[in-house]
Amino acid sequence: MSGSLEAVRPAGPLQGLRTWWTMLKICLEERLVYRGDFALGTLMRFLPIVTQVFLWTAVFGATSRGDIAGYTRNDIVAYYLLTMLTRAFSSMPGLASGIARSVRDGSVKKFLIQPVDYVSFLLAARVAHKLVYYAVAAIPFALVFFLCRSYFPPVPDATTIAAFLLSLALSFLLGFFMEVTLGMLGFWFMEVSSIVFGYMLVQYLLSGHMFPIDLLKGTPTGIAGVSLADVVHWLPFEYTAYFSSAVWLGKVKGAQLVSSLAIEAGWVVVMAVACRVAWWRGTRRYSAFGG
Amino acid sequence: MARYFAIFLTFARACLVRDMTFRANFILECLTSLGWMSMNLAFYLLVFTFTSEIGKGTGWSKEPFFAFVATGLIINSVVQAFFMPSAEELTEMVRTGGLDAVLVQPLDAQFLLSMHRVDFSALANGAVGVGLLAWAMSRMDSTPPAVAWLLYPLLLLCGVAILYGLVIMLAAATILMGRNQSLYDFWFYLTNFSRYPAEIYSGPWGGPLRMICTFVIPILLVVNVPARVIAQPFTGESWVGVACAVIAAVVALVVSRLVFQRALARYRSASS
Repeated sequence: MSGSLEAVRPAGPLQGLRTWWTMLKICLEERLVYRGDFALGTLMRFLPIVTQVFLWTAVFGATSRGDIAGYTRNDIVAYYLLTMLTRAFSSMPGLASGIARSVRDGSVKKFLIQPVDYVSFLLAARVAHKLVYYAVAAIPFALVFFLCRSYFPPVPDATTIAAFLLSLALSFLLGFFMEVTLGMLGFWFMEVSSIVFGYMLVQYLLSGHMFPIDLLKGTPTGIAGVSLADVVHWLPFEYTAYFSSAVWLGKVKGAQLVSSLAIEAGWVVVMAVACRVAWWRGTRRYSAFGG
Repeated sequence: MARYFAIFLTFARACLVRDMTFRANFILECLTSLGWMSMNLAFYLLVFTFTSEIGKGTGWSKEPFFAFVATGLIINSVVQAFFMPSAEELTEMVRTGGLDAVLVQPLDAQFLLSMHRVDFSALANGAVGVGLLAWAMSRMDSTPPAVAWLLYPLLLLCGVAILYGLVIMLAAATILMGRNQSLYDFWFYLTNFSRYPAEIYSGPWGGPLRMICTFVIPILLVVNVPARVIAQPFTGESWVGVACAVIAAVVALVVSRLVFQRALARYRSASS
């Protein structure tokens, strides 16, 4: 079925761009239907960070250390705030489960007969979701960052800012392709909710969302000279939260910054290929019946 | 009352039969729930590699803090098992008109809407909480007095009652607003404040926040009071906390009942 899709795929880059723009507009309008609910949900996301700030303030208050794993109390607060920003790029709520549901209930079959590429459609939908999210979240984000400006170090140089922005863009793509690949497991397993939840657990722990990965530098792995932080460095997870925040705070610099960006870009390519392969193989074994 | 208890047992039995029909899924749910909890415990262990207590002079060193965490696990597992699954369904019932079928039943609507579904897998965390509590208590220097052990189950019930009141008030808000998925996210974010000892909320921002979360939305009483009774020295001041928790539990149940009844009175069916 997907073989016939090649024949009806829009010809020429301009037509393709127009299709993509139409998909983006549809998704934007869809997102804005429940904008009140969406805005409220955005504001709520700041609440957990409040407890983290108080927890770490209490931890620093009880210890004589000036810093923990290179982070002062101000660094930790700034880190959690920056992680909120990074997660705003890399988190893809409902994406994997939505794909799996569309496979299960059969709604994915329309993408096999329409001249619309499913992954491109999902990307357009997610870009629309993020654009609406940034539009809604810009004011609360700006307000919180302004009120907490004393926790942040001075604004870094232009190169660091450029690396930070590049890492954010890559984290969006990495988060997207990872979730899409996960969702496409629905072609093989009817129910992926447990797999998605397991992924979320690992993601939450190893992405740096819960705490800076530098805190794991003293955690042994059983291999001489290799800490848990070293292992996590080679996995894709830390590039969806920790890495961008660490770049802004100046924890990753010079050659390490370049190599980390290369690893992140490498994971984007790997996951993009993985999701294409999953789609290609999944649609070949997929069967749908009825209207 | 006996009739309602019998009906609740029927609901629970039906849910257990359903869970046991899909045993693999049930085990997976237990495991994922335990995984989430283990991850949080690992985080706390990591924190204690950098400090000996949470907050200077608060008394929340490693073992008392894990007794605190265990208390939170027990209370939350009861709420997650018996009340949240039903409350989560309410949003869609209001939006689709499914609530109508509940309102015509010859039973109390609040009972039906808040207790018709039981998630037994959520009790796995509670079981681990009991084990963690036993571990923490066995490693503590002092043993709590008998009165503390007598008060502890009562205070656990008070904690459950406060959270139940909060769930019911959010459910009432859902009925009034027609659809609001964020309100349940709000529940999780709000209960997040109860995850740590109240002492961490100090300073110019923390002080007022602590007051609000104690006297306006008594979320800080849920875990703090029972945990303090067994994990901190039991003094005359402890009775003040006990009294606050009992009063807060009664007020939460009464106010949530009134709010829910008013919300139902204003419900307009969405079905045809």
